[in-house]
Amino acid sequence: MTHARNTRYPGYDVLNKRGTPSWDDATRAVIDERLATPREPQFFNAVQWLAVVHLCRCIVPQADAEPVVPLAALLDAKLTKNAGDGYRDARLPPTRDAWLIGLAAVDAESRSQFDLPFSSLERPRQHALLEQMQRGDMHHDAWQGMPSKLFFTKRLLHDICSAYYSHPHSWSEIGFGGPANPRGYVRMYFDRRDPWEAAEADPGVEDKARKENRRAR
Amino acid sequence: MLDDALHHPRGKDGRAPDVFRAGAWVPMRAYPNDEEVDFAVVGTGAGGGTLACRLAEQGFKVVAFDAGAWWRPLEEFASDETHQAKLFWTDERICDGDNPLQLGTNNSGKAVGGGTVHFAMVSLRFRPEWFRSRSLLGYGADWPLDWREMWRYYEQVENALKIAGPISYPWGPPRPRYPYRAHELNAAALVLARGAEAMGIRWTETPLATLSAPRGLAHPCVYRGFCVSGCATNAKQSALVTWIPRALQAGAEVRDLAMVGRVATNAAGRVNGVEYLREGRWQFQRAKNVVVAGYAIETPRLLLMSATSQYPDGLANSSGLVGKNLMAQSNQAVYGTLDEEIRWYKGPPSLAITEHWNYTDTGKDFFGGYAYMSQGPLPEVWAAAQTKRGLWGEALAGEMQKYNHQAGLKIVGEMLPQERNRVTLADEKDQYGLPVARVTYSWCDNDRRLIAHSLDFMEQALAAAGARDIWRETDDTCHLNGTARMGDDPATSVVNADCRSWDIPNLWICDGSVFPTVGGVNPSLTIQAIACRTAERIALLAARGEL
Repeated sequence: MTHARNTRYPGYDVLNKRGTPSWDDATRAVIDERLATPREPQFFNAVQWLAVVHLCRCIVPQADAEPVVPLAALLDAKLTKNAGDGYRDARLPPTRDAWLIGLAAVDAESRSQFDLPFSSLERPRQHALLEQMQRGDMHHDAWQGMPSKLFFTKRLLHDICSAYYSHPHSWSEIGFGGPANPRGYVRMYFDRRDPWEAAEADPGVEDKARKENRRAR
Repeated sequence: MLDDALHHPRGKDGRAPDVFRAGAWVPMRAYPNDEEVDFAVVGTGAGGGTLACRLAEQGFKVVAFDAGAWWRPLEEFASDETHQAKLFWTDERICDGDNPLQLGTNNSGKAVGGGTVHFAMVSLRFRPEWFRSRSLLGYGADWPLDWREMWRYYEQVENALKIAGPISYPWGPPRPRYPYRAHELNAAALVLARGAEAMGIRWTETPLATLSAPRGLAHPCVYRGFCVSGCATNAKQSALVTWIPRALQAGAEVRDLAMVGRVATNAAGRVNGVEYLREGRWQFQRAKNVVVAGYAIETPRLLLMSATSQYPDGLANSSGLVGKNLMAQSNQAVYGTLDEEIRWYKGPPSLAITEHWNYTDTGKDFFGGYAYMSQGPLPEVWAAAQTKRGLWGEALAGEMQKYNHQAGLKIVGEMLPQERNRVTLADEKDQYGLPVARVTYSWCDNDRRLIAHSLDFMEQALAAAGARDIWRETDDTCHLNGTARMGDDPATSVVNADCRSWDIPNLWICDGSVFPTVGGVNPSLTIQAIACRTAERIALLAARGEL
């Protein structure tokens, strides 16, 4: 995929505000580090990585649009760091174990139904498998007793989506103001925005918004 | 990166971080471990931070311990949801029961200042009748505290935090006007107002612990909207920038990155200090009194971990109630799409509130009450709400595209105390080598009825405000209380009205654990009011020679 990301905020880029009073030093350092996330996996092995890349494409298809959000890499970085959530559903193993079991189980389910690993399936078949997992209707031994439905919600969706929405490109996509210290915001009322906020395009007049968004900084 | 505070303790060698000045330090008194201080306080949040301050101001020798870091908000708090998870208690906890809790973000802090460093600043008083909910309203348990006395301490805390709120509050007995003016409402709050007016109920500006005018070196809130990720301007009146600096000035010592693993007892059965892990080694601080203020999970965990042959079921536990009656608060919401741009990321997340269903007893098929407030989730929290309802792929992307047109109403709802909802110790160990907490939680029928009532009502209100495509977030909770309830009877409570253990007279518990019921408001103001009261009671008892 090389098309631009679908958005109601054409031309808006949170990163244009990096040098403005909306970003402080701490924020610049944190976001710089996220943008520099290594593209090669450190936690996942090559087989797992293939499955992860395809799972990410199914869960957040627009991550591959331009500019690309390296979603699988962000997830790998999170697991490399092994930062906890602060709780664990008693029916799930710790985060890293859950991922390793879940990935093995996804491939096992895929092979038992289609004789192919998950990453080799056509997209519709991948989606069908994920829907089956979401329903909790997977019981291969490879799950080692972990409920597939819980893995889907608490790990797959939670971890992949929180990684995607931690990336500045996703903020630009949805018109979020992004970092805002020290400047903050002034205009709080309905249909009002500060000049450094994203302009939403009315259908047919995207160019007007695009022009305004170039100045949104 | 920006995590030095997580690795190197800062409150030592007679100095502590000056949270108001970049790179600066303030002097701090340092007590040797073998000096028997008057009070060792475990935890520095709304309970422990407040109590440490007020005890020190009354001349007691106080050392407070916190397992978390001593942050410098002006330099180390990024405008970033992911990074700021460093403020949460993310050590492992195991959750089970019919409705396993989600911990870590909106209910558990690990920092000097505790959860107040990332709380939403909502500062509400209890409804007076809630202090006698069993006698007057027919459910839960009575508190051993009188609301008129609490009214005085609420005022004290509201002044200490310069709460910004309305000139007159629509519900309950008269209260003084709030010290600082109310904040301007954002569009998300005005949606709540519209809906309330259409439904014929009252609403008001939420009393908030964030500055609406300058105070000392802090300027007013700039409405950046990252409140629950930590305030980088010090407008938020957390314990970190209010009670703790006052405590230091009054001579208290605060030790950061100091995990207390055991409250020690002597042959006489009294506590005599705390064992804590700091800088890689277990140390022992002697103390005449110990206050446990670790909030509703860490407090019972510590009491249970401190079991001895004399107290085989843990300290302060002759009633068998330590860890029991854990109460979260229901935190369900309705969300919808408006034609107007709302841009709810601007300003504090909950600028408008209605307490109608806290103060109205008719038209309910449940005990207890709820408040509901306007909302302002940032992208990660908002995406989590979407994935919890099962959205992914194109459906998720499409929903997230509506971000700037969303508004929502969310309750803080009362859940009833049940002994089966509890904190126990698991076999698994954490990074300190201590048993992790197992947190068991199941809703009761009353909890479900309250939630259903709130969702029905809020859905009507949100529709009346002009929202469409309304959906319900059905399974969220917030805040944690109970697990060491206060009462009048040693057989049915853990501490008395003064937060003093019935079993061990020099052991105190001062945080949300002592709540017999939770009411339908955020607990932080009540926790701080109880801490202020406890400090005054302790001074009085000391003067009478009854400590």
